[in-house]
Amino acid sequence: MGAFIEVVLGGLMAGVLYSLVALGFVLIFKASGVFNFAQGAMVLFAALAFARFSEKMPMPVAFLLAMAVMVVLAMLIERLVLRSLVNQDGIILFLATFGITYFIEGLGQLIFGSDIYPIDLGLPKEPKIILEDTFQGGILINIEDLVAAVVAAALVLGLALFFQKTATGRALRAVADDHQAAQSVGIPLNRIWVIVWSVSGFVALVAGIVWGSKLGVQFSLTLVALKAIPVVILGGFTSVPGAIVGGLIIGVGEKVAEVYLGPIIGGGLENWFAYALALVFLMIRPEGLFGERHIDRV
Amino acid sequence: MSAASMPAGPGSSAAVPEPGRRIGDVILAVENISLAFGGVQALADISFDVREHEVRAIIGPNGAGKSSLLNVINGVYHPQQGTIMFMGEKRHQMNPHKVASQGVARTFQNIALFKGMSVLDNLMAGRNLLMKTGILQQALYWGATQREELAHRRRVEEIIDFLEIQAIRKTPVGRLPYGLQKRVELGRALAAEPRLLLLDEPMAGMNVEEKQDMCRFVLDLNEEFGTTIVLIEHDMGVVMDISDRVVVLDYGRKIGDGLPDEVRSNQAVIDAYLGVKH
Repeated sequence: MGAFIEVVLGGLMAGVLYSLVALGFVLIFKASGVFNFAQGAMVLFAALAFARFSEKMPMPVAFLLAMAVMVVLAMLIERLVLRSLVNQDGIILFLATFGITYFIEGLGQLIFGSDIYPIDLGLPKEPKIILEDTFQGGILINIEDLVAAVVAAALVLGLALFFQKTATGRALRAVADDHQAAQSVGIPLNRIWVIVWSVSGFVALVAGIVWGSKLGVQFSLTLVALKAIPVVILGGFTSVPGAIVGGLIIGVGEKVAEVYLGPIIGGGLENWFAYALALVFLMIRPEGLFGERHIDRV
Repeated sequence: MSAASMPAGPGSSAAVPEPGRRIGDVILAVENISLAFGGVQALADISFDVREHEVRAIIGPNGAGKSSLLNVINGVYHPQQGTIMFMGEKRHQMNPHKVASQGVARTFQNIALFKGMSVLDNLMAGRNLLMKTGILQQALYWGATQREELAHRRRVEEIIDFLEIQAIRKTPVGRLPYGLQKRVELGRALAAEPRLLLLDEPMAGMNVEEKQDMCRFVLDLNEEFGTTIVLIEHDMGVVMDISDRVVVLDYGRKIGDGLPDEVRSNQAVIDAYLGVKH
C-alpha cells in the first residue's frame, strides 16, 4: 500500500509540472483560438533569462526582470506577427507560431548562451520520508516537487479568479468568444493579445524556473512542451481546470503504468503512455474532459 | 402620428411628443460615401444625416447596401470616397474599437453575442469602455476596482430590468432562444450608454409578439434615454410606425429620404419594392 501511494504521489508531482506548461497553451488558445506551438520555446527563453539574470542579482529582481523581458517579447510578437494576421484562419496562425518557436529558441541561445545553467532556489534536494508510523517504511516525498505543486495550485486559482471576476478577464473571454462582437463593444484586440501573451509568458517563466531547478536550464526544456500536448487534449483546449486535471491524470497514469504494467509488457512505457491515452481520448471524447462541447443547431 | 398608431404592447402608445419638439441638431452626417468591393459597387454617392434623439430607418430590398452603410458608420468598412462627420467632427481612418469609444454601439444582423458567457457578463462586457481601472489593479482586485465593478453592475441591472430579462441573467447566452438573444444583444449595446445606437435588423426572424416587444423597447429607450437610433428593418409596418425619418436604398443608391409618409408615396420607392414593367 505504501509503495502504491508513493507511486501515485510521484505521479501527481510530475503531473503538476506538465500542467504548468499546459496552462500556457490553454491561455492563448482560450483568448485567440491559436494553438501556440511556441509555448515550449517560451519556457526555455524565460528560464534562460531568469537563470542568467540570477547569476548577477538577487532572485526576486531577476524574476521581475525576466518577467519584463517576457512582456516585451509578447509586445513584439503582437506587433510583428499577430497584427498582420488578424482574421486569418487558425491554421495560418498556428504555422506562424512554428516560426516564432524557432526564432525564440535561436534568439534565447544567442543572447543568453547555450550551455546548461543551474537554477538554485535554495530548496532541499533531499527527499523526505513521511508517515513512517502509518506505513511500513514510510513514504518518500520530494520537497521541491511539493513546493512546485503548491505554486501551480496558487497560479491556477489566481488565473481562474482573474478570468472570472475582473473586467480584463471578462474582456479576454469576450475576445475568445467572438472577435467581431468584442471590437464592436470597444475591446481593443491588440491590447488583449499583448495581455494574453504576457500572462502566458508569466506562466512560462514559472514553469521554466520549476523545471529548470529540477533539470537545469537547457535546450531539452522545449521538449517538455511536447508532453503538455496530450495534457491539453485530455483536459480540453479551453479549460484552465482541465489543464490541471489533465496533467495530474497523465502524471499519475504514466507512473502507475510504468511501475505496474511495465514489468508485464516491457519497460519504456512512461515515454509513450501519455500519447496513447490522448489518442484514446481523441476517439471517444475529442473535446476533452472539460472542453466546450459544440452542439450545432440544424 | 408616428408611434401613436402602432399596435404595440403596453406603454408604447402613451403620449409620444411630436418629432419636431424633441429632435435636436445633426449628430451624424454621411456625405457622398462610395464603397466598392472589387468590381461590385456596394454604395454609390450616399449622403444623409441623423439628428439627435431621432429614430432613423434605412430600408431597401435585399442587397441594396443597407448593412454596408451601417458597417461604414461603424468603421468596419472604409469607403473609397466621401466623409463622415460625427458630433461635428470629421472622422478619419476608423476601426470599430475607435468608433465604439466615440459613443457608437451596434447590434448585428446575425447575432454576435459572447455565446459562452452569461447574460450578465455579456452586458458587463458592453461597459468595457467605461471601466477605468488598470490591469494590475484588477489583478489585485483592490478598492477602486471593487467599487467600479459594483457601480457598473448596478447600472447593468437597471438595463436588465428595462429589457425584462431578469429571469435569464445568469444563463449562458448560447442556450437562449433567438428572440431573447436579440434582446440581450440590444442590452449589450445599451450597456455602453451610446450616443448613437445602430440596429441591424433588430426584428428579423421574430414572431409578431416578439416584434411588438422589440418595437416597444426601441421606442421606450428613444424616449426615456433620448438615445439616437439608426435601424435597418425589413418589416414596413414596423418602419413606418416607429421611425421619424426613412432613407431608402436600392442597388447602392439612395432613392428616397424623408418622413415615412413621403417615402411611402415616393414612386421610385414603390418601383424598387414592387418592380416596374419594362
